[in-house]
Amino acid sequence: MSLTPQESEYLEKKIGRKPNPLELQIVAAEWSEHCSYKSSKKHLRILPKEGKRVISGPGYDSGVLDVGDGYVVTVHIESHNHPSAVEPYGGAATGVGGVIRDILSAGTRPIALLDGLRFGNIEKDHHAQWLFKNAVRGIADYGNCLGIPTIGGEIEFDKCFTNYALVDVASIGFGKKENLIRNKAEKGDYVVLIGGSTGRDGVGGSQFASDKLESENRSAVQIPDPFIEKLVIEVILEARNQKCIKAMKDLGGGGLSCAISETADALGVGIELDISLVHKREQSMSPSEIMISESQERMLVITDLKKLDTLKKICNKFRVPYSVIGRVKSDTLMEVKLDKNTVAKLPSQVVANAPLLDRPSSKPKYLITIEKIKKPKVPQNLSQTLLRMLSNPNIASKEWVYTQYDHEVGIRTVVKPGNDGAVLRLDNGKFLAAKIDGNSKHCYVNPRDGVIGCFDEACRNVVCTGAKPIGMVDHLQFGNPEDPEIFWTFKESVQAITDYAKYFEIPCVGGKVSLYNESDEGSIKPTPLIGVLGLIDKKPLVPQKIEEGDMLVMLGVTKDELGGSEYYEYIHELVGGKCPAVDMKSSKTTQDSVLELIQHDIVKVAHDCSKGGLAVAVSKLCMMNKLGCIVSLEKVPSEKLSSDELLFSESHSRFLLVIKHQDEKKTLTILKKNGITHARIGKFSGKDIIFKEKSSVLARVRVDKAQEKWLNSLGGLVTHG
Amino acid sequence: MKVAIIVFPGSNCDRDMHHVLTDVFHLESQLVWHTDELPKNVDAIVLPGGFSYGDRLRAGVIAAHSPVIKDVKKMAEKGMPVLGVCNGFQILVESGLLPGALLRNTSLNFMCKWTEIIVKNNKTPFTNKLKLNQRIPIAIANGEGRYYADAKTLAMLKKNNQIVFTYASEVNGASLDIAGICNKEGNVVGMMPHPERSAEQIINPNNSKPASLIFESLLSTLGVTA
Repeated sequence: MSLTPQESEYLEKKIGRKPNPLELQIVAAEWSEHCSYKSSKKHLRILPKEGKRVISGPGYDSGVLDVGDGYVVTVHIESHNHPSAVEPYGGAATGVGGVIRDILSAGTRPIALLDGLRFGNIEKDHHAQWLFKNAVRGIADYGNCLGIPTIGGEIEFDKCFTNYALVDVASIGFGKKENLIRNKAEKGDYVVLIGGSTGRDGVGGSQFASDKLESENRSAVQIPDPFIEKLVIEVILEARNQKCIKAMKDLGGGGLSCAISETADALGVGIELDISLVHKREQSMSPSEIMISESQERMLVITDLKKLDTLKKICNKFRVPYSVIGRVKSDTLMEVKLDKNTVAKLPSQVVANAPLLDRPSSKPKYLITIEKIKKPKVPQNLSQTLLRMLSNPNIASKEWVYTQYDHEVGIRTVVKPGNDGAVLRLDNGKFLAAKIDGNSKHCYVNPRDGVIGCFDEACRNVVCTGAKPIGMVDHLQFGNPEDPEIFWTFKESVQAITDYAKYFEIPCVGGKVSLYNESDEGSIKPTPLIGVLGLIDKKPLVPQKIEEGDMLVMLGVTKDELGGSEYYEYIHELVGGKCPAVDMKSSKTTQDSVLELIQHDIVKVAHDCSKGGLAVAVSKLCMMNKLGCIVSLEKVPSEKLSSDELLFSESHSRFLLVIKHQDEKKTLTILKKNGITHARIGKFSGKDIIFKEKSSVLARVRVDKAQEKWLNSLGGLVTHG
Repeated sequence: MKVAIIVFPGSNCDRDMHHVLTDVFHLESQLVWHTDELPKNVDAIVLPGGFSYGDRLRAGVIAAHSPVIKDVKKMAEKGMPVLGVCNGFQILVESGLLPGALLRNTSLNFMCKWTEIIVKNNKTPFTNKLKLNQRIPIAIANGEGRYYADAKTLAMLKKNNQIVFTYASEVNGASLDIAGICNKEGNVVGMMPHPERSAEQIINPNNSKPASLIFESLLSTLGVTA
């Protein structure tokens, strides 16, 4: 919890004196990696942030997208990795709370959550089971209580997360453009702290999150209280309706230190506050504890004299505690007082802007050899292999998880969890699709192709609902940035995301960087996560019931790309090989063609082909519809591949479309016209999932047997584990 | 004709209910804060779902002591239609307007899924447009949704035709698979499933018609012609 010698020197030069101990604490909180982005900020500048729908404003904690008719959608993503690795219930719950307040800060109502969860080997590791079970419960208890539906997400298990956890939460907000908070303040305005009381929980949380996880530091984990958060949401939205909020910021990492300095810096004003006025839950807290406590469910609101009474009345109606802690000044200083005595006085611009670093990077040595592997032998019984793949926790149904989340509240959820992307209805008659995707196994084998693949997959998932991608958020999770090889993977990922975003013209409207994701077991694999939002003008494609005789059409080419695949890693315990690579040009035309077909109303189901490859994608369609399918592998457009490669390759930019028999001709004509590689590869029928090559059957499993494995695997591991 | 939707601190299905009553069934409805008095010209009352008081102590128990509950009781005694959904059902039980208790689901987990319920009493203000034994595809979402009552109470419920809905298949371990009940007079109905999440085709993956009849029953009770 301190500054480096260089940072101390920089600070002293900037303020022209030695800081006192409290000032040092304030600066150290704000200059932590978690709050300052000092390692990453320089590199993030290349991400494309402009777009015709993007609305940017000073001090927004979330991305804002114009969805027409006077409405906006907001989106943000955050993680709570360190806390969740120590105390999964509270860590995951407060992770939800934090990202929701970012959405609220813009003046929009949070309408959905998505979460990405990562743990160690759930089949063998009891600690991973405990972390998983409690993180899920933490998210459920928090989100359910707030009445914000958790509409989707993704889960990955990998040995690299042993004794650790990645808990990512994305939140989406919705509101009227005219209600967006303008974030302006003038001299004399009041600074009001609204919500939960300030206690000793989460003291130094952001520094804790900016270091390797060594000792378990439970007091740095925040305590969740969803009931207060729910009331805070209603207070803020009512205050917004009554125009009581001139500027607003949520209290997250770095607590008051961060909120005050960043607000003052963003608005170009000074703030003077008296911390003796802060409502506290514990007695005799020291000034530095008050300034860096990360107690949850708190919002900082700036209002003027005219509206202060109304704001107080609204807080009183909901019985939400508040304290008027300070005033806006015309200088640009943050001045902290304790009972009228100044205890810290710093230029907010200096506090809010840590000196940025230029960390060295070098290509990791392991990447030189990782592609060169000896291919595994084709298993004798591919039917058995398929069943094992379906019960693989990374592939198995996540029903055990999402049925614990209220995904219906708010009555917007049109396409529900368990499908490709989720779809929400909006008040202007349009629909919003959302998905997050990550893949640490791919990103380890090839950081560039891996993250582009995640981006492509999230886009494909959104496209499967009939939506056109309109914006993205990224969450970049890596190990210790001081290790040049790890830092290289970070830089490589940012460049890759930038390239894809520019090619597809999808602006990056928000993101987060989480570094130092390490435990005593070592660093995590590079785990960037991509969230994509898509907009549907008319009607979404809600997956229809597949019937006997429906056709299965496949788009895209299956290649020898099994590096980081579930098949290599789960079945053969083999790390390495060639990671699937996206051909952006053909991916874009393929996505556009899928959208065109959906608009023609001839697609019954569009399904992305990703984790587990073709065999898993077809099986999922069968299991969800309790109907068999016969697939002719010789028809699958592909490079020259062995049968296991055809079944389980994770090549990107592939889609499966289910089409009625009579729509086949029209479908194939459109695909041909657009120059999309495609083939009719199968037909739905019977009670078995069958993969054959010419006349010989390579794999055959009964749908009900497959379903039993797929549905019960995850819940079974946790409830009996 | 006006429906009051009572909002407690932590209610979170209040706006959903308001949308369905107002925008879908064109029935005037008003959100009423729990410390406010019940408006004079109210014809029916709905207690929506959510987590009033964060489910502290026990789901619904604190809200049952809210000032507005006195008015609700008074109106219920006068025969006004009262519907409690999910947390609203829990509040009705905790306030003594309905018998029994709601315990944690046997899975010990919160459960959000689609299920089917069967109409067992089609004489209430909320079921009079439904057929006896008609099935309703409907959403459930609760952690403490397992209806429980002792044998004597269950016998009384049966005798007085107070069981309004049962689950078509075992869901959460409820006594007699009960999903919803009414008071002896039939005007106060409590149910765990969410009709407001199930009455519009766009968000109901099955068939929204049967659930919409719950609201049409209320329309008919209030003498509103569709």
